[in-house]
Amino acid sequence: MNWAKFFSMGGYALYVWGSYGVTFVLLGGEVLLLLKRKRDLAKRESSPELEHRSSQIETSFQEIQ
Amino acid sequence: MSSQKINWYKYAAPANFYPLAGKMIPWFAILTALLFVAGLYVGFFVAPTDFQQGEAYRIIFIHVPAAWMGMFLYVLMAIYAGVGWAFNARLASMMATAISPTGAIFTFISLVTGSLWGRPAWGVWWVWDARLTSTLILMFLYIGFISLQSSIDDPRRADRAGAILALVGVINVPIIYFSVQWWNSLHQGATIRIANKPTMAPTMLAAMLILLAACWMYSIAVVLVRVRYIIREREREAPWLVEAVA
Repeated sequence: MNWAKFFSMGGYALYVWGSYGVTFVLLGGEVLLLLKRKRDLAKRESSPELEHRSSQIETSFQEIQ
Repeated sequence: MSSQKINWYKYAAPANFYPLAGKMIPWFAILTALLFVAGLYVGFFVAPTDFQQGEAYRIIFIHVPAAWMGMFLYVLMAIYAGVGWAFNARLASMMATAISPTGAIFTFISLVTGSLWGRPAWGVWWVWDARLTSTLILMFLYIGFISLQSSIDDPRRADRAGAILALVGVINVPIIYFSVQWWNSLHQGATIRIANKPTMAPTMLAAMLILLAACWMYSIAVVLVRVRYIIREREREAPWLVEAVA
């Protein structure tokens, strides 16, 4: 199999790889944001003081994800 | 198997749903990975070059599943939001909230990949035709739902407000679907119809359907992860949760 030919996508490389690139960057980004949310949650749950202080910030970011 | 043996209402309670969802997530994640690999393999190495559009048509394998997911997830979000509102079921409302970002992402992907396909196929990145415009409205409905909910502090009030918006916006989904029949459009008509045979090669169809399945598994996995975080954030005082997380 000719890989250079494969990656050129008959001259449509930008459009085809751009489409798949955007898709996987966005889906991967969603997963990373969820992992960050998990860390933040664990941090808050382990320190009740922090939870109290960050309650205002939390309401603003919890729906974003 | 008798349906009476399973008490479905049991899993409407966050305390029972939370551990069940936790057990299901790894399976959906594994299925997501397998189906993406299989779908991309069939799409790029098995499906033949299109005789009209050359290799550019391969965008369809992700464009169509993303567009469908945007619509499916919207309907699902509206149903959950409606159930949460009508039956005062807080878990259903949390599901609606958990679905919204994933639906917005798929709708955005369908718009971007559509644009990247429109440029070589039609010569333009964007046209204000019915299909594209109604999909853009879908994107705004998701953004509206998310920002409306995040602007209201009381979670149950946010759920109700979101439900009204989601249910009113549902009218847009059939408009998107039928737009290519109702109005003249640059956008091609449906390739797959329930009554007719699909008008594409079997391997092309296979790639698209495998990637659609991959997108479904992905959506289920991330929505379950997110709804568990929402449960933890909203019900952090609940004794069962303190035990489950500790």
